[in-house]
Amino acid sequence: MEFPIALMLVQDGITNGAIYALLALALVLVFAVTRVIFIPQGEFVAYGALTLAMLQAGVVPTTLWLLVGLGVAVTVVDGVPALRAGRPGRLLGVAGWNLAYPLGLAALLSVVPLQSLPQLAQVALALAIVVPMGPQMYRLVYQPIASAPILILLIVSVAAHLTMVGMGLLFFGAEGQRTPAFSEAVLDLGPLMVPGQTLVIVAVSLTLIVALFQFFERTLYGKALRATAMNRVGARLMGISPSLAGKLTFFLAAFIGALSGVLIAPITTVYYDTGFLIALKGFVAAIIGGLGSYPLAALGALLVGQLESFSSFWASAYKEVIVFTLIIPVLLWRSLNSRHVEEEE
Amino acid sequence: MANPNNTVLEIRDLSVSYGKVEALSNASLTVGEGQIVTVIGPNGAGKTTMLSAIMGVLESKGQVAFDGSIEVVPEVERMVARGMNLVPEKRELFSEMSVEDNLLLGAFQRYRSGLRDHANTMEEIYTLFPRLKERRSQLAGTLSGGERQMLAVGRALMAKPKLLMLDEPSLGLAPLIVREIFRIIAELRRRGVSILLVEQNARAALQVADYAYVLETGQIAMHGPAHQLADDPRVIEAYLGLGGKHQAMLAT
Repeated sequence: MEFPIALMLVQDGITNGAIYALLALALVLVFAVTRVIFIPQGEFVAYGALTLAMLQAGVVPTTLWLLVGLGVAVTVVDGVPALRAGRPGRLLGVAGWNLAYPLGLAALLSVVPLQSLPQLAQVALALAIVVPMGPQMYRLVYQPIASAPILILLIVSVAAHLTMVGMGLLFFGAEGQRTPAFSEAVLDLGPLMVPGQTLVIVAVSLTLIVALFQFFERTLYGKALRATAMNRVGARLMGISPSLAGKLTFFLAAFIGALSGVLIAPITTVYYDTGFLIALKGFVAAIIGGLGSYPLAALGALLVGQLESFSSFWASAYKEVIVFTLIIPVLLWRSLNSRHVEEEE
Repeated sequence: MANPNNTVLEIRDLSVSYGKVEALSNASLTVGEGQIVTVIGPNGAGKTTMLSAIMGVLESKGQVAFDGSIEVVPEVERMVARGMNLVPEKRELFSEMSVEDNLLLGAFQRYRSGLRDHANTMEEIYTLFPRLKERRSQLAGTLSGGERQMLAVGRALMAKPKLLMLDEPSLGLAPLIVREIFRIIAELRRRGVSILLVEQNARAALQVADYAYVLETGQIAMHGPAHQLADDPRVIEAYLGLGGKHQAMLAT
């Protein structure tokens, strides 16, 4: 292999690895706080990318109606008990976030000229539509069974994933979409031509990772999430409710997912079901970190990215096989090296 | 000064069952403002169950009136927000976080409702527990048993509770540390915190408390002013014994 080709492959691997790292961090976070293995993570990637593509085509995204529908459901589920308990203030809060917000967004989308908006505004709108679905999903799907065993949560995750893929086909159709790059600039580094999009992806990922780190180390809400992950009973006795922690976590996971989708849409064609495979690679990375270590998961993501890009050069037909086979030696190594700890009941 | 005639907590006919087994039946109890009330009794009498039910960790039947209003279904987060705090038997610290972060999280509910005075509260707690200040950047998991108990109490105090419930604060601690813990309990009362104390160390608990209840097999068997119960022959025979005199020293 020639040196420039190797460099190009490394660069490709880093770009993809940065996305996998983000998704791996989200998966570790969701698992640590709620014990949910978040298989629908990838659907947020696809929803983010395809919602952006629809906005750029000048169409009001169909995902908006899902947001409205979920909002109505959450308002009913949370509002009725609040009304019964005689706490109208709470009802108002619930309805504000889940009814007024989606409807306001719908009104906004129907008046602004979507196609001619600046790209960043389109991205912001796409995130504004997709991200709130994270906490809504937690409220409707996971909160009622929050104390169920991990296996049940996993099975529900599979169901949620399949439902979201099905709805994705309904919303976006079977065709793939690719959005224009955020930057057409090309950085010329001797033998290497780095496209602007790559720089955007790496820069945004790094920024987000640093921001997440700051959030968990410096803010009280971040610490509250870590505390919930460490000791659920203790956190509850401090007044950190598990449902608040769950919603906050799913908000972050949905944000990371949708943002990843927006970032990769210019470099790969995204179909309604593309997200699953991308998130699965993030999952492999998370497993390398034992679903518990953020730095190991991020390193694992870079490894997965490199492995993928080099195997697509040497044996492109087998590239997925090679990447997913990585999980076997990792699991072997982990199971030989770590003592088994019983799950607390 | 706190007026002991005002009740902070009043529970009436509180019952808890695990499946068909009733762990607590029709317990009634009152804690006045600024009072220390203790519940003593043997292992398995339902003491921890009672605290969990009051806090809303366990489902229960009956009435819990706290600070003047009745909660039909006590909900932990709401009780914390209203000024009730439980230091559980197992402490439940955040062991991979620093002492300071543990304390900070104690103020979470206050912070959330917009009261950002945690820096001052933390200074107060450091004066109460100078040991915690020395160890503030250490991970909670590396503390000794006594320090953990201090941290658990300190963390609960960060919420500035009206009622502090302590579940077996002396369990598993060396005698000198137990003495320190009881000194702090007495000090907290001086600061106006009402305390509901569950203890197996009956002698020390009766020494420090104003009023006491004896819980046996899920029922309140006796109650009365603490010094009166300490002289009651039935209590002496069952819980204090003659050889256990040195235990009272722990509360002095």
